[in-house]
Amino acid sequence: MADIEINGKVIKARDGAMVIEAADEAGITIPRFCYHEKLSVAASCRMCLVEVEKAPKPLPACATPVTDGMKVWTNSPKALAAQKNVMEFLLINHPLDCPICDQGGECDLQDIAVGYGSDVSRFSEIKRVVRSKDIGPLIATDFTRCIHCTRCVRFGQEIAGVKELGATGRGEHMEIGTYVEKSVGSELSGNIIDLCPVGALTSKPFRFTARPWELGDILSVSPHDCVGSNLVLQTRRNRVMRVVPQANEAINETWISDRDRFSYVGLNSKERLDKPMIKVEDEWREVGWETALERVVKGIRDLINGHGAEQFGTLMSPSSTLEEMYLLQKLTRGLGSANIDHRLRQSDFSDQELLPPFPWLGQEIKQLEKLNAALLVGSNVRKEQPIIAHRLRKAAVSGASVMFVNPVDYSFNFPVAEKLIGNPDRMVRVLAGIAKALLDITGDVAPEGLQVLLENVSVGDTELVVAERLKAAENSTVLLGTLALQSPQLSSLRALSALIAKLSGARFGQLPEGANSSGGWLAGAVPHRGPAGEEAAVAGVNASVMFEHPLRGYLLMGVEPELDTLSPATSVKILEQASFVVLMTPFVSEQMKRYADVILPVSPFSETSGTFVNIEGRWQSFSGAVVPLGESRPAWKVLRVLGNLFDLQGFDYTSSEQVRDELKASCEQIEPSSRVTWRCPTSLDADSTGLQRIGEVPIYAADALVRRSEPLQNTQDAMAAAVYVNESVATGLGLADGDVAQVRQGGDSIWLPVVIDERVADGCVIVPAALAETAGLGAIYGSVDISKN
Amino acid sequence: MKALGRFFKSLFLLELLQGLRLTGRYLLDRKVTIIYPEEKTPQSPRFRGLHAQRRYPGGEERCIACKLCEAICPAMAITIEAEPRQDGSRRTSRYDIDLSKCIFCGFCEESCPVDAIVETRVFEYFGEKRSDLVKSKKDLLEVGAQHEAQIAADRAQDAPYR
Ligand code: SF4
Ligand code: SF4
Ligand code: SF4
Ligand code: FES
Repeated sequence: MADIEINGKVIKARDGAMVIEAADEAGITIPRFCYHEKLSVAASCRMCLVEVEKAPKPLPACATPVTDGMKVWTNSPKALAAQKNVMEFLLINHPLDCPICDQGGECDLQDIAVGYGSDVSRFSEIKRVVRSKDIGPLIATDFTRCIHCTRCVRFGQEIAGVKELGATGRGEHMEIGTYVEKSVGSELSGNIIDLCPVGALTSKPFRFTARPWELGDILSVSPHDCVGSNLVLQTRRNRVMRVVPQANEAINETWISDRDRFSYVGLNSKERLDKPMIKVEDEWREVGWETALERVVKGIRDLINGHGAEQFGTLMSPSSTLEEMYLLQKLTRGLGSANIDHRLRQSDFSDQELLPPFPWLGQEIKQLEKLNAALLVGSNVRKEQPIIAHRLRKAAVSGASVMFVNPVDYSFNFPVAEKLIGNPDRMVRVLAGIAKALLDITGDVAPEGLQVLLENVSVGDTELVVAERLKAAENSTVLLGTLALQSPQLSSLRALSALIAKLSGARFGQLPEGANSSGGWLAGAVPHRGPAGEEAAVAGVNASVMFEHPLRGYLLMGVEPELDTLSPATSVKILEQASFVVLMTPFVSEQMKRYADVILPVSPFSETSGTFVNIEGRWQSFSGAVVPLGESRPAWKVLRVLGNLFDLQGFDYTSSEQVRDELKASCEQIEPSSRVTWRCPTSLDADSTGLQRIGEVPIYAADALVRRSEPLQNTQDAMAAAVYVNESVATGLGLADGDVAQVRQGGDSIWLPVVIDERVADGCVIVPAALAETAGLGAIYGSVDISKN
Repeated sequence: MKALGRFFKSLFLLELLQGLRLTGRYLLDRKVTIIYPEEKTPQSPRFRGLHAQRRYPGGEERCIACKLCEAICPAMAITIEAEPRQDGSRRTSRYDIDLSKCIFCGFCEESCPVDAIVETRVFEYFGEKRSDLVKSKKDLLEVGAQHEAQIAADRAQDAPYR
């Protein structure tokens, strides 16, 4: 600790801190452009000049470390003169076109010019003009306004881990641009909009539509991934105009992913439904709520009376709120059925009894950056949970070994220590190899049944290295990613991953899809467990069974079965056959009208209050930002009314908080845990043959909201529907890049273009799921046939 | 003594005559009332009447959708929606002034960086319904087109004082 004096005020500052940090902590404002607490110090703008005792010239506060006994003045005549002069220089080449600038009203340059600048300009020469560049559908550029603070460049290098933006030229000729003329492809790129202190980088979807002073701020939580990033929904005239991050050091720091930032565009999609609809003799009619709900009640009652409650099942999106999930399971169980699930794309449910109360990361998100080693199994963490990847990146950059067992050689924005790429079946063997190596290292006895299986497993060099690193690391973790959680070998992958974690002393965690998978388990939205993880009296069937063995009636909440389920083609067929299908959804598509009988418009996350439980087990509640569109209503209210109409007990809630508190009270005893009870996989080899499909879910197609966000669909990360194979597999099949091939799976087939992609392992192909073009196919994992004709 | 004075004042109707003197003076004075609408009072170039949106001589609309007028309007009479136009420039897609809210303070004109929204000398307008008094962008541009010569002359005359 150093004692320093700023403007006569004595302050204790951390050794090595810069003057500006000490001043910020003490609440003393020093104007700045290039300094940002999350980025390295560039000291390029010189706006932060302050007077320091015994220094002959003013010093930049952002690059001057504190020393004991230092005396600093931020507002002495000398400091003020220096700041004023810097401001004058900055404005020499600034266009001052605030009236047409989207930053106007939230511009650091405007604010600081008013606070520290001069009132008139003495510059009458010609100002420079810089050509703006097209860097993609998310970010608009006006580089004439750039003040060369290089925050965006440093963000790319230090946070996003991609060197996409750079500065070329010097002095007046300095320009920011992409090295090669292309769009910025980072999944965190939107953050440079917030970082840019001026209007050089602004949001393209938001462009020119509103001024910051018109916007109301409502805090919310990301509805897309299990991280639970904190958001601010900025609204005007009952419309979400823009989404920006809310800083939360424990979760998202000051960043959010592009998916969280730009998915709001989908909220105003043309496909939003604003009135309840019922099908009367194959005609769709818009009706009032009363009629629609009566129809629902009658339909379900008839079905249950006629065929028994086990013929009725409910499914919900893993991004539904906790309250919605809790009420829907309460309703379903109240009606006598236990067919409830939110694990829409999961294919292997065999180990569900062995699992902890809810999927947990095994640690806090912020602990991830302190790791020494991490093994991720079946995860494209960089794209799927960019904020988790950012923490892992911090660890990796400071020396941690981050290792992957993946079916696809994804690229990451941090150094990857080891990677084991193999098709999904091989992944199990790879994990077994790592486990075997660990058993050798530790000398532990293999858990029951494993010894026999391990006999014919060979330990490769890489497996050995992975095992050694995990074992050697003081602070390590094994994480099961979304691809593993969707894999048909899930139970083997999970058992072995948990075993590896146990043997190496690492923490075991999972990264499920959706914003509220953890909440889904806690709320009892699984067929075998009730709320708060209690064993269900009667176990129902899971999502995949519900779509294999047809039920007579379904209620789907926030689900688009043709895109969101494990096996879209079958799901749709089964729904078409079912006698009564109710959809609760914010969006309606033509497809839905084919199989649904009643469609109830419910609110997306921006229009309802609710709670998401993130992967750390953190309950985060939020309120609605705007009133529901048209006649749509928050789903929890709809479910409450339905409960009452069915004369069920305990549906007399007056607020979503009551629902949450009721569940919270019963969850009090639940400790987050990663304990997976050991059950030995029956075999290490799946009986699948031929080419394996990897039904990767493109990140911008993952849920109903994000797939309706047009700007995101125009980015590089929006995967085109195609068959992605590596060169050798393609040659074996007689395919070349650009060919159109027929993809057959079971009885379904579609035609797709072929893309040669060396990232894909041998023996498998990526045929993305959740896209309209591939919705005609079966399970997102499994054998596929690909041929040219 | 006082009572005597009052007696004489009322006996000779002095107060009445005093009043009549004023009447007489105005009777003979120059007339100031006018016969509206045949006759009209002169207007200042700063007169604040009906609003107009102006165009540049080339035909391009001036307004750049900066929303400053909307922000400053104390009566919240202005509603703007903006978006990028086909050519990428910043333009309003909606610009409404509700004249039944407007208090004709002229702040909108004052705040406008490009002299787009102005208040003209026109004060004789009416609406049959309340909604007639909500002037849209199209209406305002029309007013502007009609009175551009006068508007420009007035601004020029006032320029030295601005
Ligand atoms: S960057 Fe700031 S100062 Fe520059 S034109 Fe935009 S609002 Fe004005
Ligand atoms: S004259 Fe005043 S009250 Fe009327 S629109 Fe302009 S700013 Fe608003
Ligand atoms: S009229 Fe003037 S002040 Fe109002 S939005 Fe247009 S340019 Fe801005
Ligand atoms: S903030 Fe210190 S030089 Fe830019």
